[in-house]
Amino acid sequence: MRLEQHPILQFDRGEKVTFTFNGQPVEGYTHETIAAALHAAGIRELGHSQNLNRPRGLFCAIGNCSSCFMTVNGEPNVRVCVTKVKDGMEVVEQEGKGVVKE
Amino acid sequence: MIRDVEVLVIGGGPAGLCAAQAAAGAGAHVLILERDDVPGGQLVKQTHKFFGSERQYAGDRGIFIGQMLVEEMTNHPNVEIMTDTTVLGIYEDGVVTALKDEQHLKFRPKKIIVATGAAEKFLTFPNNDLPGIYGAGAVQTLMNVGGVKPADKVIMVGAGNIGLIVSYQMLQAGVDVVCVVEAAPNIGGFLVHASKLRRAGVPICTGWTVKEAYGDGKLEGVVLCRLDEKWQPIEGTEIKVACDTLCLAVGLTPLAELCWQAGCHMEFIRELSGHVPVTDENLMTSVEGIYAAGDVSGIEEASSAMVEGRLAGYAVAVSLGYDVERAQKEVEAARAELVELRSGPMGGKIRAGLAKVAEKRGGASC
Ligand SMILES: Cc1cc2nc3c(=O)[nH]c(=O)nc-3n(C[C@H](O)[C@H](O)[C@H](O)COP(=O)(O)OP(=O)(O)OC[C@H]3O[C@@H](n4cnc5c(N)ncnc54)[C@H](O)[C@@H]3O)c2cc1C
Repeated sequence: MRLEQHPILQFDRGEKVTFTFNGQPVEGYTHETIAAALHAAGIRELGHSQNLNRPRGLFCAIGNCSSCFMTVNGEPNVRVCVTKVKDGMEVVEQEGKGVVKE
Repeated sequence: MIRDVEVLVIGGGPAGLCAAQAAAGAGAHVLILERDDVPGGQLVKQTHKFFGSERQYAGDRGIFIGQMLVEEMTNHPNVEIMTDTTVLGIYEDGVVTALKDEQHLKFRPKKIIVATGAAEKFLTFPNNDLPGIYGAGAVQTLMNVGGVKPADKVIMVGAGNIGLIVSYQMLQAGVDVVCVVEAAPNIGGFLVHASKLRRAGVPICTGWTVKEAYGDGKLEGVVLCRLDEKWQPIEGTEIKVACDTLCLAVGLTPLAELCWQAGCHMEFIRELSGHVPVTDENLMTSVEGIYAAGDVSGIEEASSAMVEGRLAGYAVAVSLGYDVERAQKEVEAARAELVELRSGPMGGKIRAGLAKVAEKRGGASC
């Protein structure tokens, strides 16, 4: 859910766009991070741990901790907490460590 | 291509911005590198009013102080700010590398001021990795920067300033804050922040902690328990509380990787919340020409981060020969302001930490 009324802040969310999360369309705004847009849509599980396959969400939301790594437009290990939403972006849960493109 | 830079400031938070303001104000040319898409550091999410004196913008909300500093630095003829630029390394030959738009950039600065801030600490308990267990700062970012309601029902761990402030900010965003639990016997943060929460009916439970979390795929609740004087769980006091979010406000730790990498003399100082570069009275590290200001040199708060930035900025100006007489006076004024900010019982911890730093350096404490 997005905050519509706030006693102190006003939010300039930018333009409304659609991206996909594991193939499903999700609405977001261009000034939002992918993590914020997913959270607003009620999606908190962003991946699974590599060895024990435990669900993973974000932790720090400022790009420090790597808990929110996902694959975005084919690129692995993207910190979705500091990456802005773009129209048509494909965001998918990452399998394993991900392979860096040549 | 390597770009020559006079003063390179790494991190555009309150410490970095004030360092730039000081150095550029004395006549130096400054480049600020900031990894986020907007400068301002943690100030961009701080909706509460600040304390301190007028020089530290007391009475203003952090977010507006940040905007003021950013605007001033953006319009300053001697200052350039590059955002979306993450510094990757400081090399033996003094070259600094950074990543911007998938480009690998190189800089050769005469002076470096490291002002990279801090990272949130974690807490160990079973199931602490469930989605829904977040840093308090993370929730503050989601809510005050992202404009997203971060939770429906939340429990806050930690009654220091960040725990108290973020709990209140969640109330403002319409979140049900069940309680604040604090392991210590006392509330660590300022009384004004605690009182605001209590008036709103949020209990602050001192001597309590999280024993474990539970949930199927996501957080559904936590088990809280009482602690004895030795901080050991008291058997039989466990209670189960449902919540969808648990916020950890259990402290910050300096983001000092770049100082390590540059070969600065580092020491673990508990009172400063982690490994910090050992700095002198000008905030210069053991590596000539590399300075550290703000949370990276020891966790404190935004007002002192701003004054430390100013101190380092003017000290750099003096060492480069800019406006030496006035800049030296400003260095001394900043030192005096820091002493003032750190006086009183709240400053005890930081004073003890800085005394240890002075000892490690082999000099007298300033
Ligand atoms: C998430 C969070 C929330 C907080 N909320 C509060 C609060 O509500 N109230 C309160 O009193 N205190 C709060 N604090 C404490 C806060 O750390 C200080 O108040 C103050 O912001 C410290 O200033 P600083 O300039 O040292 O660090 P910061 O404000 O953290 O600024 C450091 C800057 O450096 C940048 N940076 C880091 N690494 C690199 C790199 N490699 N390359 C380029 N740039 C880099 C960061 O993006 C950031 O903008 C919070 C801290 C955090 C981490």
